[in-house]
Amino acid sequence: MKTKSILICGVGGQGILTASDLLSDVLLLAGFQVKKSEVHGMSQRGGDVISTVRYGDEVFSPLPALGETDYILAFEKLEALRNVNYLSKKGIMLVNDFEWQPLPVASGREKYPQLIETQLKKLAGKVVLIPATRLAIELGNEKASNVILIGLLAAHMEIDQQLWIDAIGKKVPPRFKELNLKAFEAGFRFRP
Amino acid sequence: MAKELLSGNEAIARGAYEAGVTFASAYPGTPSTEILENVVRYKEVIHAQWGVNEKTAMEEALGASFTGARALVAMKHVGLNVAADPLFSASYIGATGALIIISADDPGMHSSQNEQDNRHYAIAAKMPLLEPADSQEAKDMVIEAVRISESFDTPVLIRMTTRTSHSRSAVELGERQVPPVPEYKSDFFKRNLLPGNARRRHVLVEERLKKLAAFSDGFKYNTVIKGKKRIGVVASGVSYQYGREAFPDAHFLKITMPYPFPVNLFRQFAASVDMIYILEENDPIIETFARLALMVPGEGPEDPRRGGAAPHPKIIGKDVFPLLGEMSQDVIQASLGLKDLTPRFDCETIPKRPPSLCAGCPHTALFYNLNLQKINSRGDIGCYTLGALPPLSAMDTCIDMGASITSLLGIEKALAKADKTIKQVAVIGDSTFFHSGITGLIDVIYNKGHSTVVILDNSITAMTGHQENPGSGKTLMGEDAPRIDIVKLVRDGLGLEHTYEVDGYDVKAIKELLKRETLRSEPSVIVVRRPCILLYRKAKWSPLRVDSGKCTSCKLCLRLGCPAISSDADGKALINETLCSGCGVCAQVCAPKAIAFVDEKGLHSSTITLETYLSGDRS
Repeated sequence: MKTKSILICGVGGQGILTASDLLSDVLLLAGFQVKKSEVHGMSQRGGDVISTVRYGDEVFSPLPALGETDYILAFEKLEALRNVNYLSKKGIMLVNDFEWQPLPVASGREKYPQLIETQLKKLAGKVVLIPATRLAIELGNEKASNVILIGLLAAHMEIDQQLWIDAIGKKVPPRFKELNLKAFEAGFRFRP
Repeated sequence: MAKELLSGNEAIARGAYEAGVTFASAYPGTPSTEILENVVRYKEVIHAQWGVNEKTAMEEALGASFTGARALVAMKHVGLNVAADPLFSASYIGATGALIIISADDPGMHSSQNEQDNRHYAIAAKMPLLEPADSQEAKDMVIEAVRISESFDTPVLIRMTTRTSHSRSAVELGERQVPPVPEYKSDFFKRNLLPGNARRRHVLVEERLKKLAAFSDGFKYNTVIKGKKRIGVVASGVSYQYGREAFPDAHFLKITMPYPFPVNLFRQFAASVDMIYILEENDPIIETFARLALMVPGEGPEDPRRGGAAPHPKIIGKDVFPLLGEMSQDVIQASLGLKDLTPRFDCETIPKRPPSLCAGCPHTALFYNLNLQKINSRGDIGCYTLGALPPLSAMDTCIDMGASITSLLGIEKALAKADKTIKQVAVIGDSTFFHSGITGLIDVIYNKGHSTVVILDNSITAMTGHQENPGSGKTLMGEDAPRIDIVKLVRDGLGLEHTYEVDGYDVKAIKELLKRETLRSEPSVIVVRRPCILLYRKAKWSPLRVDSGKCTSCKLCLRLGCPAISSDADGKALINETLCSGCGVCAQVCAPKAIAFVDEKGLHSSTITLETYLSGDRS
């Protein structure tokens, strides 16, 4: 199998590294060779964060090539746009319908871009927007939005649903297991 | 054996465990920090500790090696500059128990002030260098390094990079070797580097290098991977992985031990291909050795002009591939004109998302005041370097660990010669002050400087992800430790009379102290105290709210750069109640008193004190 690439992006503190760890666990359980990259340090202080996961029979680079990523899972709309160049022309862009103003916007020096969805649709094979932050708040914990987004990704990948459920069970502390399984379900069953 | 997905740093820690290491030390620094944080998982069998800086950490590891114990020391690339002094001595002394030095370099400068290539250090200090290409190799190289260190009586340098440290791939786990039993035996000629002894040791160092060069030729991790075309690629570290994607049909010489360079192995490889691409991040180190290997008359593949059989293959290296930043399959292909990297969407047209100080950060009020009072600040290395960015924009210089205080003194003295003075302060964090700020402060006192040093004491090493330090009252292994109080250290220890303590959330008190102390013609220290807000991740803070009827849209609160504060379409301030921790700093700067607590009796970060933090649960 040709190596496939997934890029997860968003804002520091949104649970991106947990999501990419979970994804890597599932792909390993599914029998693939997996490589994952992430960057720690200064960027995590409210800056943009990227983690990439690549899988296949034999994976070399942990980083995807520009224009060759199969899926982008964006935890924030502006970050979806910032990373769209990584996506292949046929690639699938899954986006949390959520705006988090970066500091230059919050302090009134710049404007948050309008019509992000329209721009993404011009550049991606498929775009799905999901109100993951709102759905997570409805489930009682805003932090579960990352697992809702993982559920949406799972619905677009051909990997046994049970493997995802097993991986969540192993990854999260017992008291959050039920919440996270519900969150996964909400993302998996989501229809725009 | 079980396989696990491990980061390169976790794999180094696992390697230390399996190789029978019993002593490990480090000073935290991205991308190396998680090495010791994972070594401490094996604290039953490995003593793990944070040194106050990289130099002390390395010397402690060297001392452990004297006893026959296997020791590992880890640091980021610039940390090895601090530890360079013991590094060079350690090379002469050699290793009794293995001495493994990990340098995590940062090509592309994700979290660093430069992108120096620390492979140069192995060459300069005349010690073997290993460069793993993924997590499995990171683990394997620690085990190999222990063997090399003890067989050749030498410290071994392992060069990691951000991508090898922070990418995860599968690692096969193994059993732990039985570590040697430590015992101190004197060895004066080996370990006391008096010039007479050092001269003898240097002879041995040069002999050792020759033996290691022969070893490198046969080292099983320096390996050839056969391809289909007569194109050769020589690569090390993560560049090898990028190369495999960019040149799927080429022959590869994968070099895991770049120094001493496997000259004969390379020459054999060179004779089997028509051209060679050399892939390495930053400097042309392998390339220089490779070109030299083919230049020696009579030793390389024979030059046909002199009647030999094969011409030298053409070498393509840094003449084509960049010296700057990280390598990638895209960079390789673009350098060769095989891929156009012009983006379909121009990201320069959208707002950037720079990192910023957190909502409730105890550093914000200081930088806000420095900005308002137009005080020029010498910065240092830590979260607070973010005080340099707008809207705080209150840091003029940032050089290296500890340089805030020393550069401040230099500026002061140089200007004084011309009867000039500027209003300036040094700003340094608690961990950086312990690391190398104390010595600079002694310079200020001893040389009769009159500058003001601000120490931001948030009781933790925050930037790298909350490591304990001598001021936090805990060790890396989670034990209680004597807490070194910076105020007492400066006031009672160094005898600095004008030492003041102020709450990081007290805007007015900070303002007045800065005003008074920058005018004083004697040295002074202001310790700005309050624990890092991220120490209370689980706290459910009660926020502040803006009364839009009272808000005059003056935007003074926006000058704090707090990520929880923004403004609406009418320019009125808005507070994000999820992000707000209730520090109350914005309420203090609000002239029309439009900002107030939603619930006066709720849990606010402003009501937590250093004492409650130190005595209680840190969650």
